[in-house]
Amino acid sequence: MNSVAVEVLRYRPETEEEPSFEVFDVPYEDNWMVLDAINHIKDQMDGTLSYRWACRMGVCGSCGMMVNGKPVLTCATYVEDVLPGPVRVEPLRGFPVVRDLVTDIRDFMVKLQRVKPWIIREEEKPLAEGEYLQTPEELQDYKQYSMCINCMLCYAACPIYELDPEFIGPAAIALAQRYNLDSRDQGREERMDVLSQHDGMWGCTFVGDCSVVCPKKVDPAGAIQRYKLDATVDWFRSALMPWRKR
Amino acid sequence: MARRSREPVLWAMFSGGGMIAALLLPATVTVLWIAVPLGWVEAPSYEGLRSLFLHPIGRLTLFAVATLSFFHWAHRFRYTMYDGLQLYHLSQLIAILTYSIAIALTVVAGFVLVTTG
Amino acid sequence: MAKALNASYRRYHPKWHRERVPIFWWVRSASYIKFMCRELTSLFVAYAAGLLLVQVWALGQGAAAHARLLNWLSHPAVVTGHVVLLATLLFHTVTWLNLTPQALVLRLGRWRVPKAVVWAGHYAVWLVLSLVIVWLFVGVA
Repeated sequence: MNSVAVEVLRYRPETEEEPSFEVFDVPYEDNWMVLDAINHIKDQMDGTLSYRWACRMGVCGSCGMMVNGKPVLTCATYVEDVLPGPVRVEPLRGFPVVRDLVTDIRDFMVKLQRVKPWIIREEEKPLAEGEYLQTPEELQDYKQYSMCINCMLCYAACPIYELDPEFIGPAAIALAQRYNLDSRDQGREERMDVLSQHDGMWGCTFVGDCSVVCPKKVDPAGAIQRYKLDATVDWFRSALMPWRKR
Repeated sequence: MARRSREPVLWAMFSGGGMIAALLLPATVTVLWIAVPLGWVEAPSYEGLRSLFLHPIGRLTLFAVATLSFFHWAHRFRYTMYDGLQLYHLSQLIAILTYSIAIALTVVAGFVLVTTG
Repeated sequence: MAKALNASYRRYHPKWHRERVPIFWWVRSASYIKFMCRELTSLFVAYAAGLLLVQVWALGQGAAAHARLLNWLSHPAVVTGHVVLLATLLFHTVTWLNLTPQALVLRLGRWRVPKAVVWAGHYAVWLVLSLVIVWLFVGVA
C-alpha cells in the first residue's frame, strides 16, 4: 500500500488568526481520487477537517478545491496524477475562507441571480397550448452552456475575479448566454442591461483560464467573447439606427 | 437599471486594431525593417516607396492601421495597468490618459498622412 | 464582514479569511505569464505603427531625410531591436488568430462553421496578405 503526504490548509477562526498547513500521511489505493484521500483524513485521522462534497462523481460541483495550485474537482482528480507528494490542498481561490477548505460562495449565488438564469417570456403560453417546441439544432445553440454545474472552478482560475470581486465572473455570464441563446427565451435585452457593464462582460480580458479548468467544457471564455461581439453589434445598431425597437 | 456601458465602441476599435495589426504588421516589419536593411531584398527606391505610401489608398490604409493600432494599444494597456498593477483607484485616470494619448497620436497620424507631399 | 467587537462574540461570527493578492499575481502560473506577455505586445504594436508614420514623414521630407532613416534602420542594434519587435508581433498574431475561433461563431444559415475552418481561414488570409505586402514592397523597387 502506498502513502502520500497531503498538505491541507487548516483555518479555525475561533482559535486562530491565520490559516496554517497540516500534513497528513495518507495511505491510498491506485484508483483513489484526491477526495478519497481527504475523506480518509476525516474518517481516520482528524474528524474536525471541514470541506464540501456530495455526489463524488463530477456532477454536483461541490468538491472544488485548489490541488497543487490548480482548481479541480477533487472527486475527479486521481491521486496518482498529482504525485509525488506533498499534495497541497487549499480552498477554492477567490472566495473568503469560512473554515478549513470551506469557502463562502454567497457572492456567486447573488451574482447568478442577477443574470436572471431562467426562461423569460413577455407572455407565458397557457397550459392548454402545450409545451414550447424546440428543434435539435435550436438545442445545440445553447446546450454547451447548459452543462455548467456551478462548481466555481472558473472563478478560482479567473485572475480578474480575484483582483476585482465586483466582477460578475465566468459562470454567471456563461449561464446568461445559456438563456439568451435558448429559442424559448425572450429576456436578451434585460440580461444585456445587467451584463453590458464594467462589472459584467467588460471586466473580462480573455485570460481564458476559466475555459481551461472547466470540468464540463462549458467554455465560459468563449461565451463571454461572443457576448462582447453581441453587445457591440447592439451598441452600433442603436447608435446608427436609434429608431429600431430594442 | 444602469445605462449600458459605452465600452463597446472602445472594444470594437481594440478588436479592429488587433486584427489589422495581426494580419499586416509582421510582413511589413520583416520587409521594411529587417530584410531591406540587411540587404536580403533589394531596397525599394525612394520614388517607389512614395508611390506606395503616398497613394490615396496607401494613405487611407496607413491611417486605418495607425489609428486602430493606437486604440488597440490604449485599450489593452489600460487593462494591463488596471489589472496588472492593481491600480483600481486610478482607473478613471488611466482610461483618460491612455485614450487621450491614442487620440493625440491619431491626430498626428492624420496630420502626417494628409500633409505629406 | 464586520469585525467582531469582542472575543466571546466571535464564536458565532466566524472571521472569514481573505488571501491578499500579491502585486505580481501573474508570475505564479505559466498561463498568467503568457497572458501578461500577450497583453504587453500592444506596446510593440503601437511602436510599429508609430515608426511607419515616421517613415512616411521622412519620405515627405525628401530623399536625404529618408536616406538618413534607412541608415538608422541599418544599425546592428536597431536591426536586432526590430527582430525582437518581429518576435513580439508574431506572438501577437499567433495568440490573436488562435483565440479568434473561440470568440467568433459564424453561421451560414443553420450550419455552424467549424472552429478549425475559422482558424484555417484566418491563417490563410494572413498568409495571403503577407505575400501581397512582400510583393508590393519588393515589386516597387
